[in-house]
Amino acid sequence: MNTNISRRNFVKSGAVAGIGLGLAACGGNSGSGSSGSDTIKVGLMGPYTGDVAQYGLACRYGAELYVKQVNGNGGINGKQIELDTQDEKGDATEAVNVYNKLVEDGVVGIIGDVTSTPTIAVAQASVADNMPCVTPSATAADVISYSSNYFRACITDPYQGKLMADFAADQGYKTVGVIYNSGGDYEQGVADAFIEEAGKKGVTVSAPQGYPAGATDFNSQLTNIIATNPDAIFSPNYYQDDGKIVTQARKLGYAGVFMGADGWSNIVGGDEEYASAEDLEGCYYDCSFVSENKDEKVQDFIKAYKDEYGDTPSNFCALGYDAAMILLNAIEAVEKDGTAAYGSDDYRQAIIDAIASGTAEGVTGDISYSGTGDPVKSTLIITFKGGVQKVFKTIEGK
Amino acid sequence: MTASKPTATQAGATAARGYRSLSMPARYLINAALVVAFLVVGELMIGGGVVSRYQTGVIEQIGIYIILAVSLNIATGYLGQLPLGHAGFMSVGGYSCAIFIMRMMGVAGVTMRDFTSGSPAAMGLFVCGIVFGGVCAAVCGLVIGVPALRLKGDYLAIITLGFAEIIRVVMQNIDGVLGFTLTGGAKGLTGIPSYTNFLNTFIVVAISLFLIHAMMKSRHGRAILSIRDNEIAAESCGVNATYYKTLAFVASAFFAGVAGGLYAGCIGVMAPAKFGFMKSIEILVMVVLGGMGSMLGSVISATVLTILPEALRAVSDYRMVVYAVVLILVMIFRPKGLLGDYDFSMSRVIERIMNHGRRPEDFAPAAASASDAGDITSPVEGPGAPAAPSDEGAGKEASTHE
Repeated sequence: MNTNISRRNFVKSGAVAGIGLGLAACGGNSGSGSSGSDTIKVGLMGPYTGDVAQYGLACRYGAELYVKQVNGNGGINGKQIELDTQDEKGDATEAVNVYNKLVEDGVVGIIGDVTSTPTIAVAQASVADNMPCVTPSATAADVISYSSNYFRACITDPYQGKLMADFAADQGYKTVGVIYNSGGDYEQGVADAFIEEAGKKGVTVSAPQGYPAGATDFNSQLTNIIATNPDAIFSPNYYQDDGKIVTQARKLGYAGVFMGADGWSNIVGGDEEYASAEDLEGCYYDCSFVSENKDEKVQDFIKAYKDEYGDTPSNFCALGYDAAMILLNAIEAVEKDGTAAYGSDDYRQAIIDAIASGTAEGVTGDISYSGTGDPVKSTLIITFKGGVQKVFKTIEGK
Repeated sequence: MTASKPTATQAGATAARGYRSLSMPARYLINAALVVAFLVVGELMIGGGVVSRYQTGVIEQIGIYIILAVSLNIATGYLGQLPLGHAGFMSVGGYSCAIFIMRMMGVAGVTMRDFTSGSPAAMGLFVCGIVFGGVCAAVCGLVIGVPALRLKGDYLAIITLGFAEIIRVVMQNIDGVLGFTLTGGAKGLTGIPSYTNFLNTFIVVAISLFLIHAMMKSRHGRAILSIRDNEIAAESCGVNATYYKTLAFVASAFFAGVAGGLYAGCIGVMAPAKFGFMKSIEILVMVVLGGMGSMLGSVISATVLTILPEALRAVSDYRMVVYAVVLILVMIFRPKGLLGDYDFSMSRVIERIMNHGRRPEDFAPAAASASDAGDITSPVEGPGAPAAPSDEGAGKEASTHE
């Protein structure tokens, strides 16, 4: 390691690298900065690198597919949609930077952000600009609470918890155990709402058990739950954990029903089977998108997605697709109306109004809004039969 | 931005007759004037729209990371330990400052809007909040530092890492234990008013850098440096190693807390998951890249490493690859960090100009022949540990010409 280069050479190479980067930056800017009146510029942000990149990329592919379809059909009002795609690594700091950059680049609306914490940061920053934003997947309650400009395409954690508690009451369960990741905002949000609603519906929640993030052995929590002899166990976690929980519970001799939330999608049918078909038989979870859904819209989307990326779309892909649809539908309505000048404050307000009053026939259900940024949409209850997912029933939004 | 370096040049001044030096008030005045000029120019550029909001946001984050890197530098560069829990102190400071300000807003009658318009009450609350955040972090630093600093090297790294994880898990679960909403748990603390802007962030940066610099050039700072160079020698000369190690650790935690307080206001949402191991590493990378023991190095690398991911947006999907490559290249070609342990002194540059490019040691032979033997010993490297600061100053002078 004694082969140090001289300071002069180091400064030289540094300067060359700096100039190179500068040129690259300028080149990039002049490439994307040419947004004339014949294009509509829309921002797309999410984590495309880092820990949660899988969700960000899924949303991005879905949104890009929809934009491509719209552009293929001649765009909106003869104008092509230009996507300004920016990565935020799942970090709130970067998300705010990305938001400010998108505003500076002159976007008229933003599809994003993807995960909850960065989205809250962006939501707070976006109030001052009244920027229309649609998040595909940020479920935290706070996201839409700052102003009327933020909308989401997905249902929230508390909504899912409440829905599953109602479902448990409908199924006639008397005692339900709950096991959840106490280190995750999503899991905790769903579990809290479930426990609250279950109390109202007269379902006894026996021994709610939290486990720390990253745990792989759930035997002690499951033993406590099984000891109370529950009719069902509610496990509103992500599929990697749920798979282990179900498998370990079966080994402990639990033969009853498992219920879950939309974190369960991908538990089977993905790259890996996280629990065996026998173990999952007769379990339920709620979700807004499943590739086994026979609906025509959904099957068309799946086919288009497969043609484009050669892969089966996940729940997040579908939500990204729908979020893009919600925003572009609204932009189309505003462009057709034609009273607001492109890029003005009125234009942004008109888009917000159009989202609030419009309906998008999305692949995760028909989405409309009733005064808040939370969607009114139908939810599917999915069950497993011989290792294959089936739509058990559809619960209409209210 | 870096303030003057009194001890090294004072020692030179007594030895070098005919060397023209600046008086202490003049040094402080020059540096204060430069800081004020920087703040005024920055504020005017932002007000005039020369610097966009996106750039302003990045600049504020640079300020926050400068405080973080320089404060970690106290523990790594100056004290010579390797703590890996800086993000923990940052989160304590951030949470306590944000919670303090949010709870006190009602009491003080300050609204969200007052922070942007800058009413006196809002400014007072900001100062109290930042100091409160720093004090809370310092208390944590004390609680952690006393047992942890009995260990050295890898063991200290692991124990501080463990404590930072404890802090994170406490933040996540404390609501359930207390029975009321304090930190918001895993969902995070939301609705924090945006109480930072360019001006107050960089005033805090300037004050922090000045305080850290002043501490390191004082008797306490020299004791800390002597512990880094040789703990046994330092103790044998009467330096209370445990006390000074804890002092440095607590100071490091205090400023991390201050930076955390600014961070909370800048981002508007705090989530425990963001203050994990990787955040500590991110800050450590800044210190190591800049050069351990160099304040200017920390400032420069914090600036570069904050701007770099943003500047690389042009190459979009490959930017994290480029970021990693830049780090690897710097570590291959500059294993001691960008600046090694060199530190910049404005006053020294001005003095050099006043003396037509000659240094204090150029005057030394004349001074040595004219003065008595007692004077000569001070610039010569003595074995006694208390002489460490002037050695260090001379060493830094020499290192610039390697």
